[in-house]
Amino acid sequence: MKITLVIIVAFLINVYADETFAGKLFVSNERDNTVTVVDSESLEIISIIPTGRRPRGIITSIDNKEIFVCVGDDDRIDVIDVETLKVVRTLDPGPDPELLDTDPSGERIYIANEDDAMVTVMKVTDGEVLAIIPVGVEPEGMRVHPDNHITVATSEETSMAHFIDNETFELQDNILVDTRPRHAEYTRDGKQVWVSSEIGGTVSVIDVDSREIVHKVRFDIKGIRPELIQPIGMRMSKDGQYAFVALGPANHIAVVDTKSYEVKKYILVGQRPWHIEIHPDGSKLYVANGLTNDMTIIDVSSLKATKSVPVGRLPWGIAFAK
Amino acid sequence: MIMFRYIFIFITILFTSSAAAEEKEVQYIYLGKDYPSPPPLSLLEKILTDEGVQGARLSLKVNNQMGRMFDYKFELKEIIVAKDEDPVESVKNHLQQSSKLIIADLNSKDLIKLANFPATKDAIILNINAEDDYLRVSECRNNVFHIIPSLSMRTDALAQYLIWKKWNKWFLVSGKHQVDKDYVKAVRRSAKKFGAKIVEERSYKLETGNKRVDSGHQQIQTQMPMLTRGAKNHDVVFVADLNESFGLYLPYRTAEPRPVVGTYGLVASVWHRSFEQYAGTQLQNAFEEFAGRIMTEKDYLAWLAVKLLGNAIIRTKSLEPASLQPYILADDLNLSAYKGRPLSFRKWNQQLRQPILISSDRALVSVSPQEGFLHPKFYTDTLGFDKPESKCNLSNS
Repeated sequence: MKITLVIIVAFLINVYADETFAGKLFVSNERDNTVTVVDSESLEIISIIPTGRRPRGIITSIDNKEIFVCVGDDDRIDVIDVETLKVVRTLDPGPDPELLDTDPSGERIYIANEDDAMVTVMKVTDGEVLAIIPVGVEPEGMRVHPDNHITVATSEETSMAHFIDNETFELQDNILVDTRPRHAEYTRDGKQVWVSSEIGGTVSVIDVDSREIVHKVRFDIKGIRPELIQPIGMRMSKDGQYAFVALGPANHIAVVDTKSYEVKKYILVGQRPWHIEIHPDGSKLYVANGLTNDMTIIDVSSLKATKSVPVGRLPWGIAFAK
Repeated sequence: MIMFRYIFIFITILFTSSAAAEEKEVQYIYLGKDYPSPPPLSLLEKILTDEGVQGARLSLKVNNQMGRMFDYKFELKEIIVAKDEDPVESVKNHLQQSSKLIIADLNSKDLIKLANFPATKDAIILNINAEDDYLRVSECRNNVFHIIPSLSMRTDALAQYLIWKKWNKWFLVSGKHQVDKDYVKAVRRSAKKFGAKIVEERSYKLETGNKRVDSGHQQIQTQMPMLTRGAKNHDVVFVADLNESFGLYLPYRTAEPRPVVGTYGLVASVWHRSFEQYAGTQLQNAFEEFAGRIMTEKDYLAWLAVKLLGNAIIRTKSLEPASLQPYILADDLNLSAYKGRPLSFRKWNQQLRQPILISSDRALVSVSPQEGFLHPKFYTDTLGFDKPESKCNLSNS
């Protein structure tokens, strides 16, 4: 009787886990030309998938069936099937794709062509190019607004956040931010876009409607020289309370209160944290550490780093698929 | 779903909305001179006639890509005078039409003359050529900003790496030209500053003569061991040959099997083709596509100078040197230059503080400042003359 109960409980836990926790993490390894697949629950490596050269930007399709990886040195996007864990097709996004995002309907992807100062908009199904939009030099950050009316692209070398109209594909606004903007991330309510500036060492908070910079978040970690604080990847907590900002060579993730803009905590992770991903249920944060070749897992409720998992060399970005 | 289906490629025309606003024109001057210079000793190195200018042109393109969004149009007036002409005379007539923003590809003598010329008093002159330490120590000028590192910044960068390697005993071999002597002074100073020992100094006095002769290698094979034979026990041969006379011939031919560092072998520069970090690959690729050759240090310096000006104008919304100067000299200038950290200027002598690459012929070896060389304000100020060692105290500092 007792044993049966244990089995039932274990079964229930398992079912519960299946619904909320189980998933696969796909980590792009820039130096290895691979994507490491990690089970989000056991944190075991399930597979190492060979890709094209220099895999960097990586996202999950809206239907969770495919993973798109920019392989810049091959001027290509490799598409990985989430079930078979193989590259099943490729897309031609134009030269040197670095980072990309998908629109909420799952119809399109928006791609930053780093070497060519362009944003390419493409249909997910057949790779048909819908638009090529000239932007500033070295576009990188790329985020489609949750309500799908605009996309923000950041240009590293010209230090701007470009607001692209998703219907006309025209540039609505070009906002100067601090030096080398790397990533754009919307608050959960969609009212602000946060833009991280690597060399400027700040995050500019831009009001989506007025296009004004309403605040600049600055960072200060005791014992770490200001020039090493280089904000890169960002994600918002599921409840919208916090922004998580990877600080590159400062080896920390900053936890920023999205209302007061105060930094609540700096969480020590591996070396040179680059891009980060959050579990869809909001419970965990995953950090790609470029120099220590590992991924740090942060428990969001306690804001503590709980584990680190070795992946490939120069891990760059992370995508989560259910 | 259907509404998102486009059957044609839609290429937007950028910045149509800005056509109505008035365009502000900015003209930079690139002022250079065709100084007599020896051909490179290595046959692998091509003789370039457009070094520097190409970097400025590429940067101008980026200036304009950014400027269009803010209604600026940037132009570059290139003035390269012949070796017997006076660059200051040649630039005189252009100072009225242009914006008094000058990229100076001039030696120290011509640079000082340009800086002292009354009409450039309110100009911004960006030095991309003159490395002389005295320009940073005693002869500083309010209107001159040094993009190029000084000789002592380079020798300090090498010295830090050698100290880190514990290669502390240096055998210094130099050429006979004045520039070689200046470099020797910088090496001596670096040795003293970081605790290395120059065990012996020699100079190479033979005329280089015609470099392109058959069976030349046989003579070199005997000359270089002669030059270096019997020197006191040393870890490295430190060569000072800025005039392409003999430095290239030292590696593999020294009497003792020792690495060669200095102006050949392991060198200190702010740009090198082997450098790819901190997105450096992007600039290397962009330049090669643009100019059809690799980017040299001079190209990089000119590129950086034009970038600095473009940023300053767009950020301050001003063309007046008086407004641009405070922006350029701010501690939080945060100039990004593919070096993985923000760059700024030393206020007392207006020298750009920057990391320096340590490279062999074909690969990056390290980047200085090295770990452990500390400075209360900027690690990069461990390279070159720091404020207490400089007599300059420009009004801004």
